[in-house]
Amino acid sequence: MSLSLPHGFLTSTIGKKYLMGLAGAVWAGFVLSHMAGNLLMFISADAYNSYGHALTSGNIIYAIELILVGTLISHVFLAISLTRQNRAARTSGYAVSPRGEKVARFGSKTMGVQGSIVLVFIISHLITFKYGTYYETTVNGVVMRDLYRLMVEVFQQPGYVFWYLVCLVLLGVHLSHGVGSVFQSFGLMNGRYQPIFRKLSLAYAVIVALGFIAQPIYIYFVASLG
Amino acid sequence: MSELTKKINLILKVWRQKGPKDVGSFKEYEAKGVSTDASFLEMLDAVNEELISKGDDPIAFDHDCREGICGSCGFMIDGEAHGPQKSTTVCQLHMRAFKEGDVLTLEPWRASAFPIIKDLMADRSAMDRIIMAGGYISANTGGARDANSILISKNDADQAFNAATCIGCGACVASCKNAAAMLFTAAKVSHLALLPQGQIERKTRAERMVAQMDAEGFGACTSTGSCSASCPKDISLVNIAQMNREFLKAKVFKEDQVDVGGGF
Ligand code: FES
Repeated sequence: MSLSLPHGFLTSTIGKKYLMGLAGAVWAGFVLSHMAGNLLMFISADAYNSYGHALTSGNIIYAIELILVGTLISHVFLAISLTRQNRAARTSGYAVSPRGEKVARFGSKTMGVQGSIVLVFIISHLITFKYGTYYETTVNGVVMRDLYRLMVEVFQQPGYVFWYLVCLVLLGVHLSHGVGSVFQSFGLMNGRYQPIFRKLSLAYAVIVALGFIAQPIYIYFVASLG
Repeated sequence: MSELTKKINLILKVWRQKGPKDVGSFKEYEAKGVSTDASFLEMLDAVNEELISKGDDPIAFDHDCREGICGSCGFMIDGEAHGPQKSTTVCQLHMRAFKEGDVLTLEPWRASAFPIIKDLMADRSAMDRIIMAGGYISANTGGARDANSILISKNDADQAFNAATCIGCGACVASCKNAAAMLFTAAKVSHLALLPQGQIERKTRAERMVAQMDAEGFGACTSTGSCSASCPKDISLVNIAQMNREFLKAKVFKEDQVDVGGGF
């Protein structure tokens, strides 16, 4: 027995789903940890800034960034390739659309649109924060980036807060279908666990989306006043 | 005729297409005085009788057993494969599911892998080729073995039987927004993977069937569940998960071909 990925895996529909799901799962894990880390802003600006400083000061961050960029690119390319295949498989539609269970739910039908908007968001988000204005602060004698100040500045603009909210809701919808589908694509879904996985997927999406959403809302309505 | 029997009048918008190359379009027909005890296909038979008596071309549709077991019949009624009733083939659908004055749109299965032969008939031989690629078992000839000597757990037997109820009608492909044949292929993969008789080809079955499925131009699964909801036999999505496992195992743990020598 040899452990290999023979040719034909990457070109098969199921192989593509495995890899797309794997890449999606990496990002699902990332957004949860990103959201959880950001919650430190509710404790104090120093806690938030020190967390950011700790994350970016080692070399490990480069490896993580490489994985994130790599998985994001493969997720997008596999999605495009599968979508094209799916469109080609049904070139003419039906005159009447079905109802009830037989119709694909909104969340699953619009994965591509959601994903595209989220992708634009990720890029703009990086430009705003990672490559945004560099303020400095000193916490316990250590000079570090004052990302908190930038965040407060950004989230005082209602337009940005609104765009942020829309994108996070879309991210939530994307996750609610995506996380459950990963279990299905990986072949982990079985009769007994099926409803649990679906609920888990929804809960995951709600936690991530609400956790993120709480932050601009808090800053816009509460923190900026003080 | 029971007391509950009613006569209803319907309007049918039927997809008419002379042949695979024809463009096709909808034509309207009236179905008058239809007994609610009639099956959907019997209703179409009556409409066809009338068309024939007028010298028109009857509406072509596939059918054979009319008992819901052969998988020949099937078309879309108002966008739903086999019509509105759950777990029912169109041949087993009765007119009591409809009411006076209903306007029904009838369309053939639509998928690039199912070219339309005529009117409501689609060519589903792509599914036969998927079965030919791996949906079989090796059966040795010789003295018949006592069936009870082949051990299998009740649970596996039940699951395999559930998967084996697939009649290959193509409703899953027709209902899927991606025209994927995953549910159909998965039903056969699961059915045979769960049974002792299916073990000989188990390592190559999923791989071969999936390769054929892709080659036929079916789409990929996006877990919408439309297939299972439209399936007249209620084949579960769980089978797709099983197929994905079988496929990964086959690809990742591919056995090396044993070199038997032979001096060629
Ligand atoms: S005609 Fe055989 S299943 Fe409908």
